[in-house]
Amino acid sequence: MSREETAESARDEGDPLLSVRNLQTVFHTDRETIRAVDDVSFDVYPGETVGIVGESGSGKSVTARSIMGLVDSPGEVLPESSIRFNGQELTAFSDAEYREVRGSGIGMVFQDPQQSLNPVYTIGNQIREALEINRDITGAQATKEATKLLESVGIPDAKRRLDEHPHEFSGGMRQRAVIAMMLACEPDLLIADEPTTALDVTIQAQILDLLKDLQEERNLAILFITHDMGVIADISDRVNVMYAGQIVEKASVENLFERPEHPYTRALIESIPGEHSRGEGLNTIEGEVPTPNAPADHCRFAPRCPQAFGACDKMAPQHIDVGETVEHTAACLLYPEDKAEGERLKHHRALAGGDDVKTEVSNDE
Amino acid sequence: MNSGIEQPEQTAQLGETLIEVENLKKHYGGGGMFESSSVKAVDGVSFSIQRGETLGLVGESGCGKSTLGRTLVRLEEATEGTISFDGTDITTLSGDELKTWRRNAQMVFQDPESSLNDRMTVGEIIREPLDAHDWKTKTERQERVLDLLTSVGLREEHYYRYPHQFSGGQRQRVGIARALALEPEFLVLDEPVSALDVSVQAKIITLLEDLQEEFDLTYLFIAHDLAVVRHICDRVAVMYLGKMMEISDTEAVYADAHNPYTRSLLSAIPHPDPSTSSHRITLPGTPPSPRDPPTGCQFSTRCPAKIRPEGYKHVDEAVWDAIERFREVVRERSRMSLSTVDRLKRQLGSFSAYDDIDETVTDLFGDLDVPTDVSEHIETAAGLVKEGRPADARDHLNDTFNGACDLKRPDFHPVGEHNHMSYCHRHESDYEDVTPVITRRTSDS
Ligand SMILES: Nc1ncnc2c1ncn2[C@@H]1O[C@H](COP(=O)(O)OP(=O)(O)OP(=O)(O)O)[C@@H](O)[C@H]1O
Ligand code: SF4
Ligand code: SF4
Ligand SMILES: [Mg+2]
Repeated sequence: MSREETAESARDEGDPLLSVRNLQTVFHTDRETIRAVDDVSFDVYPGETVGIVGESGSGKSVTARSIMGLVDSPGEVLPESSIRFNGQELTAFSDAEYREVRGSGIGMVFQDPQQSLNPVYTIGNQIREALEINRDITGAQATKEATKLLESVGIPDAKRRLDEHPHEFSGGMRQRAVIAMMLACEPDLLIADEPTTALDVTIQAQILDLLKDLQEERNLAILFITHDMGVIADISDRVNVMYAGQIVEKASVENLFERPEHPYTRALIESIPGEHSRGEGLNTIEGEVPTPNAPADHCRFAPRCPQAFGACDKMAPQHIDVGETVEHTAACLLYPEDKAEGERLKHHRALAGGDDVKTEVSNDE
Repeated sequence: MNSGIEQPEQTAQLGETLIEVENLKKHYGGGGMFESSSVKAVDGVSFSIQRGETLGLVGESGCGKSTLGRTLVRLEEATEGTISFDGTDITTLSGDELKTWRRNAQMVFQDPESSLNDRMTVGEIIREPLDAHDWKTKTERQERVLDLLTSVGLREEHYYRYPHQFSGGQRQRVGIARALALEPEFLVLDEPVSALDVSVQAKIITLLEDLQEEFDLTYLFIAHDLAVVRHICDRVAVMYLGKMMEISDTEAVYADAHNPYTRSLLSAIPHPDPSTSSHRITLPGTPPSPRDPPTGCQFSTRCPAKIRPEGYKHVDEAVWDAIERFREVVRERSRMSLSTVDRLKRQLGSFSAYDDIDETVTDLFGDLDVPTDVSEHIETAAGLVKEGRPADARDHLNDTFNGACDLKRPDFHPVGEHNHMSYCHRHESDYEDVTPVITRRTSDS
């Protein structure tokens, strides 16, 4: 089965596990309000891997922290935002309720495993503690389970390794230990924010293989965040491309690389030094990623977009269907491609006005 | 840059050898009676760099790339070996001679955040090496800095700004301008784009290419990103644990790698094209410590093409993998037992520090059909571990299962055109070649 089909069949099997709608997270500073995440919507179904890819500062980590309830002042998740996990509305949760979800339903792996490990305690103590708090497993039973977990993340000589401290582990092994700790809580969803970015490629390959195996064994859903297009291609079933706080394109991983539709995605893919050798020249994107500090009443990519036209500075593009099979959308005023400019702008205006249903139907005709 | 800086005589022409490195070693710590415990960051490498070319240096963290780069520009003293630069052995230079030579070779660092002094203006940062070398008059220095700013794609008014007002890409431009100030011939670029986003990366790479052409620069380009290296380098050298594993023209290395490590490394790069289902070799474990490298081939603890001893050709892949993993576990334990404090700590923590070895044996061999000429040795070793003699267990396993790769260092063999060299026993006629072995051993995984 191709990953496209996998992606599709996962989606046929009922409700999403995680459903994010209109997520808006802002940071208030003295001078300005940074709209780090500005109207982001996406779903994650059981057993699938959804990627978020984008350059530095595009809002990937803030998206992850918002879902986990880890945004602190001066940051704020605005009230219009909705994050539904397993049918529950997380944005309405108290701190205590959120802690409970983090201990059971959702596990998180960061770029730096030290962030999740306490240097003072042995790896075994930390996994046993997670087992006790979240699953009431204690004593010899906990040691046995902890050994099994360490083995399942591919750490050899697991039983003895339980007695070691984080500093006695290599970087890749620490990341494995964090994953074992997360598995101790039997989560349905794993949020991984650049989990392999600090690792060497051969170790990165081990961790990516491990995540795929665990996903298969446990029907784990994974939200995988990275700036690396190669990693995203390797691990995701479907991908969301972020730019300046917004998702600009969503597609299955095959479609994204075969038929990128958004001008930013295209430019990003072309600027990766690929299998070309010297002399072929690299495509570059002029300018830099802006800080999203003004409302999105325009296309944020416009100042750098090679295809920008008059309207791009004046109205916000909406997500338009650009594919035939699985969900593939791009937020760009060049679409729907078959319509004339005036029609397209009208279409976007109507969508922005909230008539999604009506316009989507007319789009399908 | 035709500002007329006086260079020491230039004898080498484009395409001639600019730098010739022979048996270069850089060991840290140790020394005297502790030599055996020193960190062998660079452990005997020989290669050359041609004038005007870009030599890429790739490998995993800790393999000695940066140390090698720093040693080439004399930021580190070589422990052994020679570096000849335009015919002069620079490892022995000192005092004024060294200072004069330093103009020739500069370095650009990875982290544009920390490599620039935040209290100095950008202009002062770029001017600093000119001041240090008493280059011409103050006005001329100032003018030179303005020229440099334009060369690297910054603007003259940036002279009075501070680094923190700049983006990562702009700071890297400042670092490059500074390195170019004294008009060097040779630049060591240590991961110059690793900290940057792809779109910014592409611009810095383009800048480096333009500057090379304009000023006839020779580059050593250090990186862990193999795609970037393929793009910018004429030739590539691959390092592992202080050793050079393979070197050749870029395309020869990427399209026709001979060394098992190079092949594994290349296969581990995730491709930004999900339809290419290239076969990935996932290496087990992590590189060993450069303090205690393997006796034979540096790559022998992880190599997918490792040569087995004669008597064990019949053992199947899965069992052999389990043997190698078991040896790794026992090696780890014998290493730990070197430290008495550790041992005490461990013994206080549990009744016997070694009571769980059986569990590891079961975990590794439990599901496998293990021939008796293997299992008897595994049992003997496990017994020794339980008696608290992991070093003896390790030696027993070594005596039984050691092959050519564990026992002797390979030679650097010529393997093709373009001075293609590779460090591996399998290039000798006594052994089967690398490709069929790797294909066979990784086909069912
Ligand atoms: N605590 C904070 N206070 C103010 N602004 C913040 C804070 N945290 C994040 N931001 C801003 O939010 C935006 C998005 O940041 P985020 O960390 O999510 O980016 P990212 O896509 O994860 O980037 P990277 O690839 O560098 O990790 C940036 O403009 C950032 O400066
Ligand atoms: S909306 Fe306009 S500026 Fe934005 S991506 Fe599309 S064409 Fe470019
Ligand atoms: S010498 Fe042996 S261990 Fe080293 S690379 Fe060759 S086959 Fe592998
Ligand atoms: Mg981030």
